[in-house]
Amino acid sequence: MIRTGMIGLGKMGLSHLAIARAHPELDLVAGCDASTYLIDILSKHAGLKCYTDLDKMLAEEALDALIIATPSKLHAAMVDKALGRNLHIFCEKPFVLDVAEGERLASLAKQKEVVTQVGYHYRFVGAFREAARLVASGALGVVHHVRAEAYGPVVLRRKGSTWRSTQEEGGGALYDYACHAIDLVNFVFEPPTSVSGIVRNRVFSGDVDDEVYGTLHFRGGASGQVSVNWSDESFRKMSTKISVWGTNGRITADRQECQLYLREAHDALPGVAKGWTVRYTTDLSEEVWFYLRGEEYSAQIEYFARSIQARRLGGENSFESALAADKVVAMMLGEATTPDLPGKRRGGFWARLRQGGLAVNARN
Amino acid sequence: MPMDRVLFGDNQFFGVNHMSEEKARAQALRFQSLEAIIEVLDSAYAEGIRTFMCTSHERVADICDHFRAHSDKYPDYLFYPCMPYAHKYANAVTEHGMIEALRMLLPRDGAMAAMLKGGIALANKDIESIMQLLIDAEMKMFEQLRTPVIFMQNVITDLLLGLRMNQCFRIFHDHVRSKYGAEPGFITMNLPRLLDTLDALGIENPIVCANINKIGFRMCGGTQAYERAIANRRFRPVAMSIFASGAISPREAIDFVCAQPRIESIVFGASGRANIRQTKALIDELSVRPIVA
Repeated sequence: MIRTGMIGLGKMGLSHLAIARAHPELDLVAGCDASTYLIDILSKHAGLKCYTDLDKMLAEEALDALIIATPSKLHAAMVDKALGRNLHIFCEKPFVLDVAEGERLASLAKQKEVVTQVGYHYRFVGAFREAARLVASGALGVVHHVRAEAYGPVVLRRKGSTWRSTQEEGGGALYDYACHAIDLVNFVFEPPTSVSGIVRNRVFSGDVDDEVYGTLHFRGGASGQVSVNWSDESFRKMSTKISVWGTNGRITADRQECQLYLREAHDALPGVAKGWTVRYTTDLSEEVWFYLRGEEYSAQIEYFARSIQARRLGGENSFESALAADKVVAMMLGEATTPDLPGKRRGGFWARLRQGGLAVNARN
Repeated sequence: MPMDRVLFGDNQFFGVNHMSEEKARAQALRFQSLEAIIEVLDSAYAEGIRTFMCTSHERVADICDHFRAHSDKYPDYLFYPCMPYAHKYANAVTEHGMIEALRMLLPRDGAMAAMLKGGIALANKDIESIMQLLIDAEMKMFEQLRTPVIFMQNVITDLLLGLRMNQCFRIFHDHVRSKYGAEPGFITMNLPRLLDTLDALGIENPIVCANINKIGFRMCGGTQAYERAIANRRFRPVAMSIFASGAISPREAIDFVCAQPRIESIVFGASGRANIRQTKALIDELSVRPIVA
């Protein structure tokens, strides 16, 4: 059994907690959150041993692994502490907000030979895996364009009271939505080498971008576009799509299906005729041992557990892999052309908490 | 009270389609108007399907209004509410944080006492009172309608199951029975595991709705474990997702479900009269086979 701790018991945290507690190889020994309210409920009604202080949990529990699901700004310092104790780490996305810090942590993790994984769950969605497989096969010919899109109904009015609405805390559509789109580009095709024409706009939010658009440039000359908007009520929930165009056809994939159009049949895909081929989630999803909200959330925790058992380093969504997405985000922040988002405000709630000794809260 | 053999589902009305986002959007477009929804429900009713198993989606309130206003037209109509419509909760939590979202979702209209109770329950972390208030809030739209079975939606069931907050199932069970005189039901994607938990709580012969389809789509634990559970364990199975979003042909799909005689009810959703008629006829045809011992 893998003795596992969890820090951050907000929305994603609770979902991870439920999945991890249901996993036969994970022994979820303790949880940690600064919200004493949640801690009280979970210890009383879920029988979970709880802490409000990460240092205390790390000191008192002999953990093998830590799952981090706190607001983004807290990730780096917590990863650092976990690495200090040679723990295997699953960290929610985005990995970190500062690329230099991310590089240091990724290299430290490598040196320590611990398993690392970041929660880019779309890599565990059958349809996106299929898209990646098809692109890697070369059947599309020379890829010349990629488009990644994500839309959903997160911020629909002028109001915001959580960390997601604060730029400094790693809030905003760039960190919340665009990261996923960028990671999918990295996964299905390859990381871009530069970006241009970046637009980050506020629609309703006061402090963060609600929509992000931009052009990506790849080493072989291919181009790409990212288009995300989390203020779109016409979507019931977050909807993510990637399309790839090549000289011999195109692919479009979302969570439900992967549509392939081939101009000519290709040796790399035996049995696939020219024209349209569609595969659906019912066909592409692999069964998981426990289901909550989508196979991918369970599959990524399962993968983490298997990586630890098999000492698989540098597997899917490793720190290094996730850092590639952070680097693109950094390029986009550097390139942003519109409009000036407010400059550094005084430290937000999380920042103040952090200065006060890394207490944690995750009312996310 | 036995459940009807065939129940009508609501996914198609609210842009839920597990196969295709395009199809989901087309359906959402079509069912923007209440009339379009009522027309389909009327078609189902004309085929003898008089139970509507639906989430507490805010638009269901309009459907409920229609059935209240025309109760003479549907003298025997039944609603099986499934609560909550999870995106309502999830979106509120994303926007406002968990505690504030809870505060907002608790009933605010009507009795001051309810509010007061809600406030105190929140402060005391009195999970029983909080859950009762949340259930009451979701049930408000179904007032004066007959709701003999009330389901806990799978996202909540499976979240509580994973978290091991088992007592919540008991609280739901007891409140649904005592306050609404209804039979509690649980929707899950993790049937064998849920049955173990309900057994341990002493909840006997529960109504449990789960994906039951020939290809094992979203049947955690595997098709065989499901078949064993259905054959051997004491519960009242309701089969959903029998077509696995269209991946299985109708006759094959229904044959698979009907071959398991202990399955009490089948819930399906459809948008057209012909489709509803065909499915209902197939279920009727294949349900009469002799039970193999």
